[in-house]
Amino acid sequence: MASLDSVSAAGAAGGMKARPGVLARLIRNRSALIGGSIVLVFVLMAVLAPVLPIADPFKSNFLAIRKPPSELYWFGTDELGRDQVSRLFYGAQASLLAGIVSVLIAVAIGLPFGLLAGWYGGWVDIVISRVTEALLACPFLILAIAFAAVLGPSLTNAMIAIGLSAVPIFIRLVRGQVMSVKAEDFVEGARAVGARDLRLMFRHVLPNTLSPIVVQSTLFMAQAIILEAALSFLGLGQQPPSPSWGQMLNVAKNFMEQAPWMSVAPGICIFLAVLGFNLLGDGLRDALDPKEN
Amino acid sequence: MKLLKVAISAAALALATLPALAQAPSTLRIGLQEDPDMLDPHKARTFVGRIVFMGLCDKLLDIDPSLKLVPQLATEWSFSPDGLTLTMKLRSDAKFHDGEPFNAEAAKTNLERAMTMPDSLRKSELASVGSVEAPDATTLVLKLKRPDATLLAQLTDRAGMMLAPKSLGGDVAAKPVCSGPYKFVERVQNDRIVLEKFKEHWNAAQYGFDRIVYRAIPDTTVRLANLRSGELDMLERLAPTDVKSAQGDKSLKVASMPNLGYQGITINTNNGEASKQPVGQDKRVRQALSLSIDRKVLSQVVFEGLYAPMNQPFNPGNFYVNADLPLPERDVTKAKALLKEAGLSKVSVELFVTNNPVDAQLGQVLQAMAQEAGIDIQIRATEFASQLRDQQQGKFQMSRIGWSGRIDPDGNIHQFVTSKGNQNDGKYSNAEVDKLLDEARTVYEPAERKKRYDAAQKILQDELPLIYLYNQTVFFALRSNIEGFVINPDGMIRLAGLKRS
Amino acid sequence: MATLIIRRFLIAIPTLFLVSLFVFALQRALPGDPFLVIAGEERDPEVIARLREIYRMDDPIIVQFFAWLGQVMQGDFGRSLRTGEPVLGLILQKLPVTIQLATASILVAVAIGIPIGILAARHKGTVVDYSASAVALSGLSIPNFWFGIMLILLVSVHLKWLPASGYESIFVHPWEAIQRLIMPAFVLGNGLAAFLMRHTRSAMLEVLRSDYVRTARAKGLDEDTVVHRHALRNALVPIITLTTLLFGELLAGAVLTEQVFTIPGFGKLIVDAVFTRDYGVVQGVVLCTAIGFILMNLLADVLYILVNPRLRTG
Repeated sequence: MASLDSVSAAGAAGGMKARPGVLARLIRNRSALIGGSIVLVFVLMAVLAPVLPIADPFKSNFLAIRKPPSELYWFGTDELGRDQVSRLFYGAQASLLAGIVSVLIAVAIGLPFGLLAGWYGGWVDIVISRVTEALLACPFLILAIAFAAVLGPSLTNAMIAIGLSAVPIFIRLVRGQVMSVKAEDFVEGARAVGARDLRLMFRHVLPNTLSPIVVQSTLFMAQAIILEAALSFLGLGQQPPSPSWGQMLNVAKNFMEQAPWMSVAPGICIFLAVLGFNLLGDGLRDALDPKEN
Repeated sequence: MKLLKVAISAAALALATLPALAQAPSTLRIGLQEDPDMLDPHKARTFVGRIVFMGLCDKLLDIDPSLKLVPQLATEWSFSPDGLTLTMKLRSDAKFHDGEPFNAEAAKTNLERAMTMPDSLRKSELASVGSVEAPDATTLVLKLKRPDATLLAQLTDRAGMMLAPKSLGGDVAAKPVCSGPYKFVERVQNDRIVLEKFKEHWNAAQYGFDRIVYRAIPDTTVRLANLRSGELDMLERLAPTDVKSAQGDKSLKVASMPNLGYQGITINTNNGEASKQPVGQDKRVRQALSLSIDRKVLSQVVFEGLYAPMNQPFNPGNFYVNADLPLPERDVTKAKALLKEAGLSKVSVELFVTNNPVDAQLGQVLQAMAQEAGIDIQIRATEFASQLRDQQQGKFQMSRIGWSGRIDPDGNIHQFVTSKGNQNDGKYSNAEVDKLLDEARTVYEPAERKKRYDAAQKILQDELPLIYLYNQTVFFALRSNIEGFVINPDGMIRLAGLKRS
Repeated sequence: MATLIIRRFLIAIPTLFLVSLFVFALQRALPGDPFLVIAGEERDPEVIARLREIYRMDDPIIVQFFAWLGQVMQGDFGRSLRTGEPVLGLILQKLPVTIQLATASILVAVAIGIPIGILAARHKGTVVDYSASAVALSGLSIPNFWFGIMLILLVSVHLKWLPASGYESIFVHPWEAIQRLIMPAFVLGNGLAAFLMRHTRSAMLEVLRSDYVRTARAKGLDEDTVVHRHALRNALVPIITLTTLLFGELLAGAVLTEQVFTIPGFGKLIVDAVFTRDYGVVQGVVLCTAIGFILMNLLADVLYILVNPRLRTG
């Protein structure tokens, strides 16, 4: 749901140049602040997991299988008697990694193709746009499932699959941005003076497309975390024994009755992380788009 | 706009194809774990499909809970002294759902279809049959190429199911016409299969329900929730982790019995590059692995202790279990010593598991246990379709796989460990084992057969191309007002005698 | 108008061709052999060879593709490898299921999203606005499949109020159908509701800022009349267009929702087909989805032009 929303929303932020004061506005923006803090907490969880005094997430204990939350195990234990708390901390690594890497993949492929299509127009644009349209006509999740199945179930492949299926969204976004920037006076001026294409692209066009890309990337990060969880939930993401929130849910759904705590905690983590990125993205958009102020 | 039109016509279609499914008092609703595949007994391949065939199609023979052969369409049967001719006496009062009479000619047509149709999956089951003859309406004669002790068991299953000869020209899988107690009404893929009582069945009085609705509900929790709320009357394959809570529910009852199959680890000992590692090459390493596993704890952790540990391909209590090979106790010291003897202190090996939560959990338990003996198992989870492919191509070191089991012992062992076996993915090859198991196929006398299986198992237990882990108990859960259910180790649901009190 | 529609149809042809080619190539790249699965537990090599021959699996991929395309042109989508049923029949069987779910979800979304959006716009900057935004954002952030599991856990397992799964047609058993629709429609609809709420809010804000609303207010009309008579009508235009575009989102959402609630619809069909490598089914379903997607986009464009007469000449 968020993807469509964010595309149009980011589009609305169109062509606005990041200007001084962005940081200040970002800090003043409540949703950015809350979102940023949530994201920061999860980043800290993920990064500090190895040094924090938490249990070994791989250490199974066959005598403490599916124990409810207690003083010893705050969020209970899982199907192999492992501490859910440390599984959740290490699971944060997988989710954040999935978010970051898939966005990087989507941008790395989407940006150049979007630039090409928007800048050169003509048949380059036609070919790229047709392919993009075809990809967009396949349901997003189906595409991701098919990619993940082709590549084989693993976290890395899930990230590639999520990234690949988001490529058309970024191509569209960049293409639209480039086309509107291209029409602006300063670019036309530079062109008239005889600046070369490449120079123009990198000097003038690219910087002007950055802020919507940043906004879109942050919002897509939220989508990617949900998707990673969904793929893991279908058995196509992170593989055991390594934890990820989605994979924990996949196991937990078999124990809904006997061990409901197994499905509650990972779900809340996914929800909060996604909420964090959505808030941050909204805040970024407001901060980068003076129109709203 | 076009879509709207499609939608309207589709909705109309739904209206037309879904006849009133009003839950009349005499409808039995059964929850299945998967959606069955083709409803053509000669092309069908799934376990769950066989459950539906039990209501739909009569077979030549059936088995009782102790695996004894009992009459169904055939009332008497005997082999000639040389073991090359099987003569069966058939019922004269059986009819197909389209009104055609069942007779020897119809049976001959069916068996020939199963043996010759290009995409028949029954060919290997009937491989020993040379020709079929129908001297009169109630006599069926099978001429064999070689003595075959497994043949009668095959005729209790899909190979012995009878389709109406006139229906064979049509789309059998979409609308099967058999001679069973219930006839086909409709199927909604991934959802339900509906059958209706066939009043002219020779044994119709035995069947209490007017309608049977099989519903595919893969999620175990959801399936049980449906049973609890009364949306279902019974379900098959209750998850062991749900047994306790189902037993605690007064509106439900649970029936259980060990099934005919096994679950274990197949090891690549001889199939390509992937076998060239210590676990594939050195039987001592495999023995160490087997010794490092505590099968009882494994069952305790993953299956609430409800699945029986095993170390042989035959289920606990089976006549063919070799009593000289008791379940090994876990012995880490001995496992380590064996590794040392093989000149190794640490072994690393890859284990394929299917990417479902239970198999993954199982893999992780094995990993933790083997770790303590110095065997480092890396788990590789893949989809089932990929796992099978890699396994067959020899691109695996070890694979966690099981077998649903066959009535005849041959079906649980021959094809897995003989040199040319279809399912011998690790290409294990031992001339003595081949000879013993080939011979066992041709011996009709059970005690004589058992001697061969015992001898073969002795070799296999030493060389361990397959490590058997546990037997899956079949669990059924029923509403407590459903009576007359007879559980059978084949995991099927026989509808005769079932009624609601 | 007619030219526009015709032009859009012509543009759709290469898109559909690309979709088919792409899905075809992707499927053939899927690891695992469907026939190993289809051949049953016994995996008789003879049977497998024979099956590959029947389904022409040993032809070059491009030959297979054009053979398939030729059949589709004649209205034959082939058969399911798994059950032997015709793919077209399967699609027609599943389509009403998913349409029923999608319709119910859109109803839920509209019923929740639009009123809250209007409320938030009218009370911009107040507690009402902030809480509405918070609820909407939560709706967008909650993973559908988890939400579904939690609902089953609470409503079906513990409270035993509603059945946990399944499908009934609303035309055959209305009451059973509604009981089974409530949870999945809510799960699928809440994200859309959040989306609609945000857009209703911003569309309303835009309209409320516009000159004629100011004029209406200046004329002394009371706020309710302004909002309902003037602002809402104008704000609804972009909202209706957007709702049409939700189709794709709905389908993607339906995939997981149907999985969780065991609803035998399109989403469940395609996931099962991908996992069992049922090539013909995947191919047919994706093609149908793409056609639906393109039609919905076209519908959105047409609606947009109809309500914006200025664009008609453009």
